[in-house]
Amino acid sequence: MGIKLLLDKAHVEGIRYFDVYRREGGYRSVEKALKTMSPEAIVEEVKKSGLRGRGGAGFPTGMKWSFIAKPEGVPRHLVCNADESEPGTFKDRYLMEFLPHVLIEGLIISSFALGSNATYIYIRGEYAWIPDILEQAIAEAKANGFLGKNILGTGFDCEIYVQRGAGAYICGEETALIESLEGKRGNPRIKPPFPAIQGLWMRPTVVNNVETLAAVVPIINMGGEEYAKIGVGKSTGTKLISACGNINKPGVYEIDMTISVEEFIYSEEYCGGIANGKRLKACIPGGSSVPILPANLLFKTAKGETRYMNYESLSDGGFATGSMMGSGGFIVLDEDQCVVKHTYTLARFYRHESCGQCSPCREGTGWMEKILKKIDSGKGEMKDIDLLWDIQRRIEGNTICPLGDAAAWPVAAAIRHFRDEFEWHVLNPEESQKRNYGLAHYADAREVVA
Amino acid sequence: MSEVQKFKVTIDNITIEVAPGTTILEAARKIGGEVAPPAMCFYSKLKGSGGKCRTCLVEVSKGSEKDPRPMPKLVASCRTTVMDGMEVKNITSEKVPDARAGVVEFLLLNHPLDCPICDQAGECHLQDLSYEHGREGTRYEFQKRVFKKHDLGPYIQLHMTRCILCYRCVFTADQLTNKRVHGILDRGDHAEIATHIEKALDNDFIGNVIDVCPVGALTDKTFRFKNRVWFTKPVDAHRDCPTCSGEVQLWMRGDEVFRVTARKDEWGEVKENSKGETGWICNECRFEKKHIHDWTIEGPSVINRHSVISQGHYVGITKPKETVQEVIGKEPRLLMDIHSVSQVNKPNIDLSLINGPAHSDDFNHPNTNGKQD
Repeated sequence: MGIKLLLDKAHVEGIRYFDVYRREGGYRSVEKALKTMSPEAIVEEVKKSGLRGRGGAGFPTGMKWSFIAKPEGVPRHLVCNADESEPGTFKDRYLMEFLPHVLIEGLIISSFALGSNATYIYIRGEYAWIPDILEQAIAEAKANGFLGKNILGTGFDCEIYVQRGAGAYICGEETALIESLEGKRGNPRIKPPFPAIQGLWMRPTVVNNVETLAAVVPIINMGGEEYAKIGVGKSTGTKLISACGNINKPGVYEIDMTISVEEFIYSEEYCGGIANGKRLKACIPGGSSVPILPANLLFKTAKGETRYMNYESLSDGGFATGSMMGSGGFIVLDEDQCVVKHTYTLARFYRHESCGQCSPCREGTGWMEKILKKIDSGKGEMKDIDLLWDIQRRIEGNTICPLGDAAAWPVAAAIRHFRDEFEWHVLNPEESQKRNYGLAHYADAREVVA
Repeated sequence: MSEVQKFKVTIDNITIEVAPGTTILEAARKIGGEVAPPAMCFYSKLKGSGGKCRTCLVEVSKGSEKDPRPMPKLVASCRTTVMDGMEVKNITSEKVPDARAGVVEFLLLNHPLDCPICDQAGECHLQDLSYEHGREGTRYEFQKRVFKKHDLGPYIQLHMTRCILCYRCVFTADQLTNKRVHGILDRGDHAEIATHIEKALDNDFIGNVIDVCPVGALTDKTFRFKNRVWFTKPVDAHRDCPTCSGEVQLWMRGDEVFRVTARKDEWGEVKENSKGETGWICNECRFEKKHIHDWTIEGPSVINRHSVISQGHYVGITKPKETVQEVIGKEPRLLMDIHSVSQVNKPNIDLSLINGPAHSDDFNHPNTNGKQD
């Protein structure tokens, strides 16, 4: 069994409620942090822990916190990004639904560290039932003196508000989230200024993912240095992975980032192997926007080293032969899946979710979707594949926010690794409508070894 | 207080000193000519505009004197402020023309090519941009998005099909008028400019949205299909207007006033008036005063955009500044220039010695040295 820091109490009955959570040792970290530590010491502790943002980009959290501007007399805000909309990612939902108090606990400490007296949870609109759970947890915490005025007699005031989104993927981007929170259209802002200088209502703001803020709880409980010992290299602590697709046991798993990808997919403790005795074709290791990897590059890097489930190992080889840890949305595709159709599905998603503010993303995503639909329905031509490559190249890096990149990367990776599948669709238009291309040379790395 | 510190910034090998807080685009416009990146959404008179169309992308090859690292991505020059010692590459960059060509292609995907019947033709920024950076043909083979035309009140028509979503009109409505009912609905490529439940725009200054529109999406209903802009002559004129400064540009043919607009500078933006304010004009001046007796004519307007509207005019044409020589540090070699000795091909071929017009054969045979027996 791997180390569990966030989900270790997930199966205790009634852990959703304050009394049970408190009895199981909850809110210890709040007492420790607020009574014995200064805000600077907490930031220092988080820095020592090496915690990296769990929302996708993997930016060191302690460093992000230290960037927040502290002008005299201007309130600061902490915003929890619970707008988890990336296809394949559902770890935050699990955490908020079953362990809401872990998040509230993390939010209180983080608010104290950042000096935020009004903290917001911006939650995805489709998670319709979760705001009630969170609001109940907040009310319970408040009734027990962990929120509100003068928390635990330390003189620190903090209120947490839950705000529902209206179902836009783009509002997961931090500046779009802030705009939406202010009641405006969810268009990403042009940076600079960064939210740490001018964020919510032009005040210094930190936006963090749910899992990142929850991870502050074990960091305070065990100390930053102890936390940094878990994991490997710069990938410290534990990470929640939401595994889905053609596997025997889809679900949310907490891993300590030292296990290999192969172990994660095939061990009984985690995914339990590919469903229905099929073979592995490809995998998206970090949520829909990160590059897809064929089986032969998934278990071993291009250099022949074993690939592990951590930030460095998954991105080994750059985008040419690697991928990204992303948000931990682990999507597994078996031999029956068609990469062209899969890429089309993702392109359709990004087209639908583009905010339409900047031209490469607004027009490019729609164009890519139309071409992919054409190829998928057997009407494609060879030049369309090159055209797709050209379009994604001109979107990537030229947009206001990372949604343009997120739309371009899956298409680029699919063409990079599965070009022959695209070509087969073009050359065999009729057959491609009846059967799937199969495995070709992306054969299951396990089988090749055996 | 001592003199305000100035930042030194080098754009395409031309160094200029500007005040801190100036954007790269504004600094480049001070140099002028080809060095200034094109801008479809940025409008210096509108706060918060810019950053959206991505046509003004430039490469920052040196961040500043303190931190000389280059910026990893191309940046939107309209929203990036200069730093001391910054080095910027626009036309000298290898990446920028490619990215810009991509942006132009994206902008044209859903833009109808109805220039022959569009009132903006001739003074359209997208037309200029695609002429300069676009491809000769399209690679898009699908249906373009189409919207119905909407009347926004009695004077303005919105033809959303042509819109490139630059948001300029939204900022104008927001900043010039007190009752804002004008914004964006939906998202992505089906986003549209709209008024709140088809309300009419009835503010005194709302006509200015026509002037800021870079394409023909917002048109003047009193001018639609009346004339082509290049057949009319721009004349500066003014009147005593209780609402605005009354300083306008009349677009005339003979004695007939076809259209009234605000006066614009070489970047296509509304100029400052004699009081030093931005010369927005009111609806009455723009739409109601279409008779020559309403106005005091000052004289022909100075046209300094290198667009078709400067064609066939009589006086006051100033050519855009030539900066190529400064950028590359020498006289440019012109492919189409006629010299006695070709600068493009081998310098030892004397074209005057070739009988008749030169053929490629004359340059291909090194032994004959271009000379024929």
